[in-house]
Amino acid sequence: MGEKILMKGNEAIAEAAIKAGCRYFFGYPITPQNALPEYMSRRLPEVGGVFLQAESEVAASNMVYGAAGAGARVLTSSSSPGISLKMEGISYIAGAELPAVIVNMMRGGPGLGGIQPSQSDYFQATKGGGHGDYRLVVLAPSSVQEAVDLTMEAFEIADRYRNPVMIVGDGIIGQMMEPVEFKKEIDPADLPKKDWATDGAKGREKNVINSLFLDPRELEKHNLKLKAKYDKMKEKEVRYETYKMDDAELVIVAYGTTARIALSAIELAREKGIKVGLIRPISLFPFPEKIIAEAAGKVNSFLVVEMSAGQMVEDVRLAVNGKKEVYFYGRTGGMVPSPEEIVEEIVKIGGAIK
Amino acid sequence: MKLVAGYPDSLTEKPFHYCPGCTHGIIHRLVAEVIDELGIREETIGVAPVGCSVLAYEYFDVDMFEASHGRAPAVATGVKRVHPDKIVFTYQGDGDLASIGTAEIIHAANRGEKITTIFVNNAIYGMTGGQMAPTTLVGQKTTTSPFGRDTNTAGHPIKISEMLSVLDGSAYIARVSVHDPKHIRQAKKAIKKAFQVQIEGKGFALVEVLSACPTNWGMAPVEAVKWLADNMVPTYPLGEFKEVE
Ligand SMILES: Cc1ncc(C[n+]2csc(CCOP(=O)(O)OP(=O)(O)O)c2C)c(N)n1
Ligand code: SF4
Repeated sequence: MGEKILMKGNEAIAEAAIKAGCRYFFGYPITPQNALPEYMSRRLPEVGGVFLQAESEVAASNMVYGAAGAGARVLTSSSSPGISLKMEGISYIAGAELPAVIVNMMRGGPGLGGIQPSQSDYFQATKGGGHGDYRLVVLAPSSVQEAVDLTMEAFEIADRYRNPVMIVGDGIIGQMMEPVEFKKEIDPADLPKKDWATDGAKGREKNVINSLFLDPRELEKHNLKLKAKYDKMKEKEVRYETYKMDDAELVIVAYGTTARIALSAIELAREKGIKVGLIRPISLFPFPEKIIAEAAGKVNSFLVVEMSAGQMVEDVRLAVNGKKEVYFYGRTGGMVPSPEEIVEEIVKIGGAIK
Repeated sequence: MKLVAGYPDSLTEKPFHYCPGCTHGIIHRLVAEVIDELGIREETIGVAPVGCSVLAYEYFDVDMFEASHGRAPAVATGVKRVHPDKIVFTYQGDGDLASIGTAEIIHAANRGEKITTIFVNNAIYGMTGGQMAPTTLVGQKTTTSPFGRDTNTAGHPIKISEMLSVLDGSAYIARVSVHDPKHIRQAKKAIKKAFQVQIEGKGFALVEVLSACPTNWGMAPVEAVKWLADNMVPTYPLGEFKEVE
């Protein structure tokens, strides 16, 4: 610990999960995240854990439901089409209030789409995806080190709220090699016991893991309890980073890989004398709406850049609330925007910059 | 004095919601008695399905899960892998196990997952109001096979026990019935074996229990068990299909 090692994003996330005390992984192969389960299949047996390649993502997410309900820290990972299948389990996990961590290395869609990087599952991750009134905490790293740190935090958040947490990346984050440091290591034996978990009703009342409430009054009560939890997340779990906002006249809002590209675009724009700053949401839910609303009082306009046809831009518009113009630039299908393209957009909307 | 027919500790006191003449209640009781007799109540974790027995988590007085439709074997797999020293069972209907959950049951069996499955085959979808199940008999009328199941368009009654018994991961597979006291006693024996196989760590165990659904078969309870014996048993032969020593 403490030393820096060069690791691929997918493998670094896997190792971070182990360092966070996760000993169970259930998944199904899909590009571009295979390095993650493959790493787990080698590493988990070394630490007394279980790697299981399930028959499908549907089964994998229900195995996660079982393992999480049994009290363990558990991880699953996939990419877009696989995450669609995991939505059944995810909705049940959220409904039964179980902690679990899900990684989505997003690829282009809809349908089978492609295997290149994408951010087109923003809606699915942040607005539901599965059925029912539920939310996931959604974290979007933009470097391998951040992927490591957020993965470790994801397990803490999941346990704290008894709620699933999703880490969203893309093929670039997953495949990129960067030096990383693991800041701590948790022994699962040291984790506090979950008194609600099912491990045999020895000398206690039985525990039940369930999301069924046939009486509508009971279900409403349950839904309101969940909502109170999501409100608390909005209060406590907002994460973002800003860059050169002090004198910014235009602000780019971008997350993950796109935010990294935006950083280069900002330097290029500033060389041209255009004062551009960045707000980088790290938590996509809860969304950093406050900092965006504040910025709306200062800057002239916003440019949202995404690898999608325009998804997060809706949340930015809600936060800006009509106070300023919100522009959008997106590439889709696995096409990655270049800094030059972003600068071109900035220049195009330059009219709004005084 | 010896108590011969007490109320099983492994059942809660909650009254069953099952229809009169429904044999789900008998099967619950057999499972609970077996858990009591094996002394594993405090080590057992059960997984309830989606179907008429969805509320099984309220009836069994052991740690319980409510799973999504058909996924109980996957949920049980997750639990068993975390607690390999505990006893894990699923309780599933035929829509749940033999239709939407076929992938999960086949792969749990094939992995030799050390769990016990109680598979209640009543040849129909009970909870949703009597639609055709994959186990519905040829010619049997249901709300979605109003002219009787036609094998040309709706296929054949699916024989789960026979299918699973060819998988190397299966350690014990049996089909039993609960249409009369003699068969109920046999059913209990099989259920007990299916738990013992798990305790001994031999592999996957499943007991298919032929069960009556008088409500959706449109029959009186007595008529229903007779129909079961006369029609279901010939299609679904009783017996032990696999038993690993
Ligand atoms: C994903 C999903 N699809 C469909 C349903 C509706 N549904 C509830 S119970 C059931 C059938 C249950 O039949 P079976 O497993 O045979 O059990 P029984 O009620 O006969 O005991 C169906 C289709 C559901 N709850 N979830
Ligand atoms: S509908 Fe059929 S299976 Fe369901 S409780 Fe009634 S008799 Fe039993």
